[in-house]
Amino acid sequence: MSRAETLPIGMPSLSLFRSEVTTTFRRWRTLALLGVLAAVPVLVGIAVRIETSRGGGGGRGDGGGGGGPAFIGQVAGNGLFLVFASLAATLPFFLPMAIGVIAGDSVAGEASAGTLRYLLVAPAGRTRLLLAKFTTTVLFAFAATLVVAASALAVGALLFPVGEVTLISGTTVSFGEGLLRALAIAGVVALSLTGLAALGLFVSTLTNSGIAAMATTVGLLITVQILDQFPQLSAVQPYLFPHYWLGFADLLRDPVYWDQIARNLGLQALYVAVFGSAAWARFTSRDVTV
Amino acid sequence: MEGRSKPGPWPGAVGEGAVIETAALTKRYRGGQLAVDRLDLVVPRGSVFGFLGPNGSGKTTTIRMLMGLIEPTSGAARVLGQEMPRAGRRVLPRVGALIEGPALYGFLSGRDNLLRFDAADPTAAPRTRAARVGAALERVGLTSAAGKKARAYSLGMKQRLGLAAALLRPRELLVLDEPTNGLDPQGMREIRALVRGLAAEGTTVFLSSHLLDEIEQVCTHAAVMAQGRLLTQGTVRELAASARARLAVTTPDTADAVRVLKEHGVHDLTVTDDRVTGELPPVDLADLNAALVRADVRVRSFGTERASLEDAFVALTGEGFDVAG
Ligand SMILES: Nc1ncnc2c1ncn2[C@@H]1O[C@H](COP(=O)(O)OP(=O)(O)O)[C@@H](O)[C@H]1O
Ligand SMILES: [Mg+2]
Repeated sequence: MSRAETLPIGMPSLSLFRSEVTTTFRRWRTLALLGVLAAVPVLVGIAVRIETSRGGGGGRGDGGGGGGPAFIGQVAGNGLFLVFASLAATLPFFLPMAIGVIAGDSVAGEASAGTLRYLLVAPAGRTRLLLAKFTTTVLFAFAATLVVAASALAVGALLFPVGEVTLISGTTVSFGEGLLRALAIAGVVALSLTGLAALGLFVSTLTNSGIAAMATTVGLLITVQILDQFPQLSAVQPYLFPHYWLGFADLLRDPVYWDQIARNLGLQALYVAVFGSAAWARFTSRDVTV
Repeated sequence: MEGRSKPGPWPGAVGEGAVIETAALTKRYRGGQLAVDRLDLVVPRGSVFGFLGPNGSGKTTTIRMLMGLIEPTSGAARVLGQEMPRAGRRVLPRVGALIEGPALYGFLSGRDNLLRFDAADPTAAPRTRAARVGAALERVGLTSAAGKKARAYSLGMKQRLGLAAALLRPRELLVLDEPTNGLDPQGMREIRALVRGLAAEGTTVFLSSHLLDEIEQVCTHAAVMAQGRLLTQGTVRELAASARARLAVTTPDTADAVRVLKEHGVHDLTVTDDRVTGELPPVDLADLNAALVRADVRVRSFGTERASLEDAFVALTGEGFDVAG
């Protein structure tokens, strides 16, 4: 065959990453996860709608409504708040669980299917394959977050009035700026999940069972979330990856409080560095016998 | 480093002609199992090389080391003249492999499976990907089933799709680990025909098998493994010749024949039905035949029979083929 079919060795190629993305997003499991995430805002929106109509249509813009997830009280007054409420509702478990499934399955799933050996002799290259797996998981985190946000925005606009947004600090901004802040929040939420993505990737290199890796990652998530609740553990809690997750609300202040958000992103970067390196060290040195 | 020919550990001295060369290649798995024990293998370019051994003799383990999937415990392996696993990025694009049966994405179509494996090779140009995949599907006769989900494929079709993945690029070496395992006779014939075709085009084929007749049918060279050790290697003809030919007499009077042959110095006599076989004696066979006739043994046929690879194997291991496990 002609030379045009052969690229020089060492030339960067996005083919594997692209293949990884299409393969991941074509699995019914991925679509089911996104479907469940899209359904959460629908349920929350309908619940709020039923609640407010029973309560006589009150609560307009007053932000009261004690209990329940953050921002839930403002939803009836402004549909845009359904975006914030849905992200706050899915961030503790639903969203990270979906990431845990994708990350945990990433390498171990290929191993249990046996396709890992064929990718490696192709030769995908172990570092390149790991990078493709990680970037695809992060991309999935963004997709999942956007699905929640978009579904919430649609349901919010359908069931409730939308308009100017009253921020936590009391200032009022235009609907357009509110939307922009919602987008920024979705970005921060997605980045909040990168630490878990790296952790799941590392777990995924440890076993040849996709199910075991997914279960372990999700189990770790739940354990850490519980540990984050005990006041006795306050000394270690700043190092737990979900500790600053709900800090995204600070983007709804004027001026924005960057402190918690910066800490969150720093912590995620630390997790990515530590568990990314661990995954790399493990995967590039291990025997692939499946 | 590369290209410098060190006389060092390499026993073959075949040098440029060898497509695969190993020196004291050894693998002990983490469980402690010594799977391959100081293997010195030389696979000449252009050969169809049969890697023969019963189940558990270390064939797959050797192939995993050659393909860089596992690290040798000690020793070294060269594929296409370069050290593995270090040179994998340079070597593997020129090698096609089918290891321990096919593994596919069941939720993808046959075509999409090939597109994915092709995308995994960083030296495969994306622009010509679709054409490569189409040609590979054509080659293994799966064009019409290319749109079906791989999970709906029969084992034979899966095997052929695996072969198609190995044939996406023009390869210098094809490594096929028990490619006919689990196939029906028709599937076996198809795979063997494909292998012959590829060999005729000049591709070196390294074929592992636990089936003697398979090796005898398609291979020019063979190596025999047992319990992780190499027993012998060479051309199939040499190996068969190394087992001595035997005298064979067909007669209804087997008891008399055995007596007469024994009197004339024929050892190791065995009788199966109406056939008597034994070691070739140092006497003239014409005299032997005359002696049988004089003793009223009714001879239906008389002659020597060529040794088969199986005889060679039995001679090497001192036992039948399917013993070790
Ligand atoms: N992943 C593994 N871990 C431990 N032992 C293994 C592993 N794979 C194979 N073995 C052992 O190594 C020996 C050789 O196996 P293998 O190379 O698969 O033989 P073959 O391919 O000739 O059947 C066997 O005893 C087998 O049990
Ligand atoms: Mg095997």
